[in-house]
Amino acid sequence: MGAFVVVVAIGLAVFLLRGPHNETVVVLPSPDGHTGTVVVQRGETRQVLDQPYATSRSGHNEVEQLSDTEVRQSFGDTLQALPARPTAFILYFVTGTDELTPESKAELENILSALKDRPLPDVLVIGHTDTVGELIVNDRLSAQRAETVKGFLVEIGIPAARIRSSGRGEREPLVRTGDEVDEPRNRRVEINVR
Amino acid sequence: MRWTIALAVLGFTATAWAADVGEIKVVQGAAHLERGNARLPVKVGMPVQESDKVVTGTDGTVGITFADNSLLSVGPSSVLAIDRYVFDSTTHAGQFDSTLSRGTLAVISGKMVKQSPDAMRVRTPSAIMGVRGTEFIVRVD
Repeated sequence: MGAFVVVVAIGLAVFLLRGPHNETVVVLPSPDGHTGTVVVQRGETRQVLDQPYATSRSGHNEVEQLSDTEVRQSFGDTLQALPARPTAFILYFVTGTDELTPESKAELENILSALKDRPLPDVLVIGHTDTVGELIVNDRLSAQRAETVKGFLVEIGIPAARIRSSGRGEREPLVRTGDEVDEPRNRRVEINVR
Repeated sequence: MRWTIALAVLGFTATAWAADVGEIKVVQGAAHLERGNARLPVKVGMPVQESDKVVTGTDGTVGITFADNSLLSVGPSSVLAIDRYVFDSTTHAGQFDSTLSRGTLAVISGKMVKQSPDAMRVRTPSAIMGVRGTEFIVRVD
């Protein structure tokens, strides 16, 4: 009984000394190496975290620095649960057709294997053309290119209901050109996945 | 009468769509959503709405993708409330406020923070975080 009271008293003292919460904020570098900024406002104290692994702790006035290893150890399970990052791909086509260029045919395999294991992807597929030919024909061709790519994605098991596809014709060129210009970089389908 | 029902159904569908602000993409262990008085077991593919509260057990983690591509994950023994989420997919303007009352939260900010640096705020019992286009972790013990 006496021991219990002591334990409770110590527990209470620790609680009061530390405050009700022990809070930690850590800024992480992005995979591209860029680190953004988090501003932590705690009562009157304001800390700016803008370096990789810069850390703010409640009860500490100085900004601290954790190592990559410490972050992985302390927060690994949470970081593991982050959904896959949104990503984008472009495939190119043979002029006037919905047939992929040989380079894009090879690239398609990589894209499909990257997408196969993504849980519940949302996919946006947008087809484009160059400016050769009539607007209305290009509208149809761009939609056909998008449909063809959608077909590849459905084949590897992505539910059709999770894929939105549309054609933008020659309205959104990657490279701006005059009319009737054969531009391979504009004959494309963009795939956005998240 | 028939029109009233039709309108009511229409109104309901419209709100149901508007209310979905994100989707559960990752689930491990025990976790549920508190929505009003309901306690919903978390499943992959489940929509997340404004005012939802994500609650995880000692072995639970949840990953959510939001409409503006903000990515969040909630670690074990955590409570995260989505206080406010608004996003205009045309202008990328929006506001995303959440509160972590205990546990761990990881964030990769999305399009609305790129558009407006003050669009995202995370609260804890003792602090408020403003986010300028970044990835970060918050823990409340």
